[in-house]
Amino acid sequence: MLKYIIRRVLQTIPVLIGVSILVFSLMHLIPGNPAQIIAGEGASEQTVRQIEERLGLNDPIHIQYFNYMSGVLQGDLGNSVRSGRAVSDEIATRFWVTVELSFYATVLAVFLGLMAGIISAVRRYTLADTAIMIVALFGLSMPNFWLGLVLIDWFAIGGDWLPEWAKLRPSGWGDSWRQVILPVITLGTGGAAIIARMTRSSMLEVINQDYIRTARAKGLTDRIVTYRHALKNALIPVVTVVGLEFGGFLGGAVLTETIFAINGMGRLTVQAITQRDFPIVQGAVLVLSVLFVFVNLIVDISYKLLNKRIDLN
Amino acid sequence: MEETILDVRGLRTSFFTDEGEVKAVDGVSFSVPKGKTLGIVGESGSGKSITSLSILRLLAENGKVVDGEIRYKGENILDFSEKKMRSLRGNKISMIFQEPMTSLNPVFTVGQQISESLTTHQGMNKKQAMAKSVDLLKLVGIPSPEKRVTQYPYELSGGMRQRVMIAMALACNPEILVADEPTTALDVTIQAQILGLIKDLQNRLGMSVILITHDLGVVAETCDYVAVMYAGQVVEYSDVRTLFRKPRHPYTVGLLKSLPRPDADQEKLVPIHGMVPSPFNMPKGCRFAPRCPAATDLCREKLPDLFDDGEGNQVRCWIYDEEWPGPKEVDVFGEKRIAQG
Repeated sequence: MLKYIIRRVLQTIPVLIGVSILVFSLMHLIPGNPAQIIAGEGASEQTVRQIEERLGLNDPIHIQYFNYMSGVLQGDLGNSVRSGRAVSDEIATRFWVTVELSFYATVLAVFLGLMAGIISAVRRYTLADTAIMIVALFGLSMPNFWLGLVLIDWFAIGGDWLPEWAKLRPSGWGDSWRQVILPVITLGTGGAAIIARMTRSSMLEVINQDYIRTARAKGLTDRIVTYRHALKNALIPVVTVVGLEFGGFLGGAVLTETIFAINGMGRLTVQAITQRDFPIVQGAVLVLSVLFVFVNLIVDISYKLLNKRIDLN
Repeated sequence: MEETILDVRGLRTSFFTDEGEVKAVDGVSFSVPKGKTLGIVGESGSGKSITSLSILRLLAENGKVVDGEIRYKGENILDFSEKKMRSLRGNKISMIFQEPMTSLNPVFTVGQQISESLTTHQGMNKKQAMAKSVDLLKLVGIPSPEKRVTQYPYELSGGMRQRVMIAMALACNPEILVADEPTTALDVTIQAQILGLIKDLQNRLGMSVILITHDLGVVAETCDYVAVMYAGQVVEYSDVRTLFRKPRHPYTVGLLKSLPRPDADQEKLVPIHGMVPSPFNMPKGCRFAPRCPAATDLCREKLPDLFDDGEGNQVRCWIYDEEWPGPKEVDVFGEKRIAQG
């Protein structure tokens, strides 16, 4: 097991190097001179030269990468070309907002999804099952920017919740459940639907396995057969989905944060793109990518812990 | 007269599918004497496994016992509540399955899976149950049981897993062990070991065994009584000597004739022509009539009952009834049988 974990951790190294190269290349993959783009169309020759100098764009590309990476490894992601503040500082204030939002959305998705999926599977082919699956299909089909707007219209504007929002912290993220619940629902609904469907189909598959018949042949109650023997097996594929959903939420937060004016990583990225603030875009994408890689690492390790059948080779 | 522990009478089990009712078991009767082994033989799809699942009431959701009686110590278990039924399963009546590779839960250790029966039925705590599990693994001949008990099924071979299944089934000293083709998925040397183990444990523990198989060789070696099944029905029931010396049902005769035997002076193996009828389209009369060399119009029109010869041997064939319209001496797959009529 330890060997597996070590190997899996080592495997992330090439992935991270690849990610860093991609992120670094962002600026150079855009057609035209990056300094010119940052400076804007009407900028003078001199301004462009200054930006080139400041960002080190005159060095050979591998030197630039080396310089960038040695900065990154020391926690220096460069400075914003707009505000001049360190990118790491800009990100630090926003990072936890997005992680918190994604975490709550994941908790909601897992809680609702598992419950709905298990009920559906246990009462398969009944009215309850059909109803749950129809709701799940709706949840899956709604784009979250639309769902967010509808929720704002119903609850915030129509439902007298707006005053709460006036008291929000500058981050746009709140402490009371009323301030948090709408973005969390917006972000988490799709994931809940996916987890519900996954749990149901996984349970139904497991229920027909030979070892479930063995468990029943032992004289165990239906309850123990379902929740001990079936669920533990059925959850294995669900864990993967949960991890991927969390990763997806980190990316999906871009829309949700924009709709609810939450100052998280997503909104930061969107703003940086519109302002052509490349160091911020690079820093934000790098941090989110690294986070995603680690989430996947954790998923793989927990998957392994849950399912000791997986062959290491 | 031997004491009968399980008596199955007129069992009929159907599956209700989108295409209609499938009568998987349609008239099965046999009895299992205490401490003896009953073999149920038949080809694939003859209803052997469904019969065994019916006894434990472990049928799939769309399956149902529609008629008949299953008497365990005189009580019809089909009338039992689900709760009472659970107290029998794994406790008084245990079962082992054909596929050892998939019959153990992959996410629990061997010890956890054996312990479960003990904590459920015997009121043991986890520690006691684990200690007993080690003993049981030793009983079924698994080397270094202390180590094995903490292992997961994927760490064991097929033969080992089947031994674990047997240990699990024996955990509560059952009175009846139902073994559904326990050796089919194993290679021949392991087969012999597992059958030997079952026989040995039966002698030591005094339980009755219902052995489901399609292998007549296995029947000859291990069984005391045999029920031969064809197309969902028992066509012949007798003690094993009678069955092999003088099979009476044409299907049984045909089966034995198609078996290569080193002791007999066989020129050629005699095949049974034709195919097993589809459960959706059963013949009106005797189900074997379309393939039977001795079939008469009566056979094709009317389904025979199980006729008893007065010594506990039963056969489902018109030849042995007074109504038999054919000749006195009947040729069945090259053997002569004297009609009763």
